[in-house]
Amino acid sequence: MTEMGRSLPRLEARSKVTGRADYVHNMRVPGMLHAKIFRSTIAHGRILSIDTSAAREMEGVHSVLTGEDITRVMAKPYFGPAFHDQAILALEKVHFIGEPVAVVLADDPHVAAEAAKLILADYEELEAVFDEVEAVTSKAIVHDELKPAGTFADLKHLAGRRNTNVTLDYQLRRGDVEKAFAECDHVFEHTFRTQQVLHVPLESHASLAIPGHDSLVIHTSTQTPSFVRTEIARLLGWADNRVSVQVPFLGGGFGAKVYVKMEALAAALALLVKRPVKIALTMEEQFYTISKHATTFRIKSGVSKDGRIVARACDVWWNGGAYADIGPRVAQKTGFTAAGPYDIENVRIESTEVYTNRPPAGALRGFGVPQLVWAYESHTDMIARALGMDTVEFRRKNILREGRPQATGTAMRDAAIDKVLDCVAERMNWTAPFDRGAGAIKRGRGVGIGFKASISPTTSGAIVNISADGSIVLYTNTIDMGQGSDTGMAQLAAEVLNVPAESIKVVHGNTDVAPYDMGTLGSRSTFHMGNAVKLAAEDAKAKLAALAAEVGLPEGTNYDVKEIFRKRYGMQAGNVVGVGTYVPRYTPPDPKTGQSDNVTPFWMIGGTGAEVEVDTETGHVRVIRLVNVADAGKPINPKICRTQLSGGAIMQLGFTLTEDMVFDGGQVTNPSFADYKIPGFRDVPVMESELVTATQETGPFGAKGIGESSTFGVSPAIANAIEDAVGVRITELPIRPEAVLRALRAAEGRPLEAV
Amino acid sequence: MSETRKIAVTINGKRYEEEVEVRWTLADFMRQQLGLTGTHLGCEHGVCGACTILFDGYSARSCLMLAVQADGHEILTVEGIAPSEEQMHPLQEAFRDNHGLQCGFCTPGMLTTLLEFLRDNPDPTEQEVRIAISGNLCRCTGYQGIVAAALDAAQRLKAAKEAS
Repeated sequence: MTEMGRSLPRLEARSKVTGRADYVHNMRVPGMLHAKIFRSTIAHGRILSIDTSAAREMEGVHSVLTGEDITRVMAKPYFGPAFHDQAILALEKVHFIGEPVAVVLADDPHVAAEAAKLILADYEELEAVFDEVEAVTSKAIVHDELKPAGTFADLKHLAGRRNTNVTLDYQLRRGDVEKAFAECDHVFEHTFRTQQVLHVPLESHASLAIPGHDSLVIHTSTQTPSFVRTEIARLLGWADNRVSVQVPFLGGGFGAKVYVKMEALAAALALLVKRPVKIALTMEEQFYTISKHATTFRIKSGVSKDGRIVARACDVWWNGGAYADIGPRVAQKTGFTAAGPYDIENVRIESTEVYTNRPPAGALRGFGVPQLVWAYESHTDMIARALGMDTVEFRRKNILREGRPQATGTAMRDAAIDKVLDCVAERMNWTAPFDRGAGAIKRGRGVGIGFKASISPTTSGAIVNISADGSIVLYTNTIDMGQGSDTGMAQLAAEVLNVPAESIKVVHGNTDVAPYDMGTLGSRSTFHMGNAVKLAAEDAKAKLAALAAEVGLPEGTNYDVKEIFRKRYGMQAGNVVGVGTYVPRYTPPDPKTGQSDNVTPFWMIGGTGAEVEVDTETGHVRVIRLVNVADAGKPINPKICRTQLSGGAIMQLGFTLTEDMVFDGGQVTNPSFADYKIPGFRDVPVMESELVTATQETGPFGAKGIGESSTFGVSPAIANAIEDAVGVRITELPIRPEAVLRALRAAEGRPLEAV
Repeated sequence: MSETRKIAVTINGKRYEEEVEVRWTLADFMRQQLGLTGTHLGCEHGVCGACTILFDGYSARSCLMLAVQADGHEILTVEGIAPSEEQMHPLQEAFRDNHGLQCGFCTPGMLTTLLEFLRDNPDPTEQEVRIAISGNLCRCTGYQGIVAAALDAAQRLKAAKEAS
């Protein structure tokens, strides 16, 4: 037991600091064509005509293709993980500004980009809808019919529905909320909103498809190679084994690169023109590819006079944009945590995802949880203040403790909610006097705590191969997109096999050699793939021991691994292959009540404490300190865990203060790093990242995922700190100085004019 | 086809004489024509800093320069930082040991920017480091490890200088 808890540097660090690490961004192959996309300029409409003639005539252009051409290789060219609603290139209709409509292929990407500007399309415009609440009742219907993919059992009932934008109407019922509201001492109701934001990994999506005689190799920046293979094979009507998906390192992912993004288009083009085709998006194009749901969340709580939350009703609307992507899963998987990590007898949740004519929304670090925590932790703070209770004490009184049932009925296990809250409070010196600032600058502090369920049903597989010289290769389809999974997985295998992690080679992201994995998403890899790797390593170890016994080496003797192979095969030959597959136990929730006795393989817990300064003359908020705490189970590599915490918290800091996809009639008006402001070095406050070490009994050596946990509490902690400082409550993200100033002036009775 | 021009440029100590299209950026030229893909392109309009190189010793955005502007100049990219195949530069070691990177996409620009900064400011404060690299964006790390790596690199470089 030497590998667990060892903060060794990342295995690939050297290749990354010397410029040798592979990314699809860098890949080129002989004969490769570059594809550039012509996109819809209207939010909703029927395609009347597409004029590609000028683009075709441009020197250096190989070809120009539209949705009709795609149908020559894929008869039904619609894809998506939850619904088959996304056309590879638009057919008949366009659904948002930025939707891919046609493609130019050229040897030179700049030529292709120039030619794409010469394409003209005529549309019959249709009424569009952009707001998630309006979309429920709007006459503007984004998709004529719902087409569930069949992957998820709880979406099948939606098949064939027409005249609706609702992609999922998930509900949960526990106890009797209305009765509890009627009988309790206080009722509070607030509505919160979040804005549409996006991932912007520094490496934009890139896919390179290489056609073979009756096969296809796709090098792609995906977090889900197994899904990509199966989905492309389905689109082509091929067996899975004719499609090979290979993934080098990713220049960031954060959920932007899950399921199929550019892979289907690259595959279709490569098969159409019988040459390798690369699609590398620009940063601007990321804004038209995938984003994070804007939300509206109406939350109502009944509270007893001694400060117990007895009932909570949650109505959440998720703005899914023009394609469902994985949004319905966000509405369900995240929806059932909408009442927060509190012990509440009576809970009602309605979690509704809708289509709108905005760019699609999907998974982004937290899978919807940060939007919910924003609301329930702001709301919870407001209740505590209204009751005159300390905001941390109020939470302590109500949090879910070990063994107590969560809103789904699942008993909490290995969820260190209390410890995380205590750690945040302790690091914030919560009970000590606090400097409240002077003059126009006021200081305040706040906390926020949230939780997230993991994914199920789900499967991960891994292979551990021991060569005749004793060296070890680990095959896994977990993708290292920066989170350090290669290193962590090597440490887990090394722990079993009693070798240094540095000696293990990790082959990641290759569907030809590594077994199935659902995907590198939802902080599931450490737990799910980690368990699979542990099982594979144990299997290899057992097989090696059996081989040793077979060749007559007595058990327990200190023999050299090489000796076993030499004795067995008469030379340095052969190998031992260990296989591991992990499928956690899971009980699907009841469709009417959302109740389940086992709704998640494990819980993620994250809490944040924030200290802020608010300039009462300008409304400017400066976050001066951010304490981020997560339940890390037993951390495999504590330093890598801490970089995950600081990275997640800073990302959420951007979503809290500055990041916002600004729209004008469906058009994103700030699709660039110049106008869409992500945090830089000088925006970063004093940061503390703390791991609460608990044990996840079902995790590999007690470990669990933590890649999203630090995002949970950031936004409400800041809003709560603002109220603490200046007494005004912000209910909508992002928290711009203007919003704070408006609230301050309104509170003073001299409101600013509306814009 | 497009107009081309012959340029001579020294990159990482190696001299290249190349015919280059005048419209090509320096970044595209290095990445596509010379195969030096260690320099990455993030935003392609000078904001993220991933493509930062040293141009005659000064940091510059290779996505905002044309290849022809490099004619007669010396460039250092991430591939040229290490003193040898076997050995890493102290700054690279500090990044590895302090977890100053995650996905590694912004790392080349961080390294080149810091190489210039630490040459001019061998004993910086933490605040000076933050200001020096405030023109480089990282979406993964939350910056903590990068600042720690820069400060550690300053110490390593100082120790190496004192030892020699």
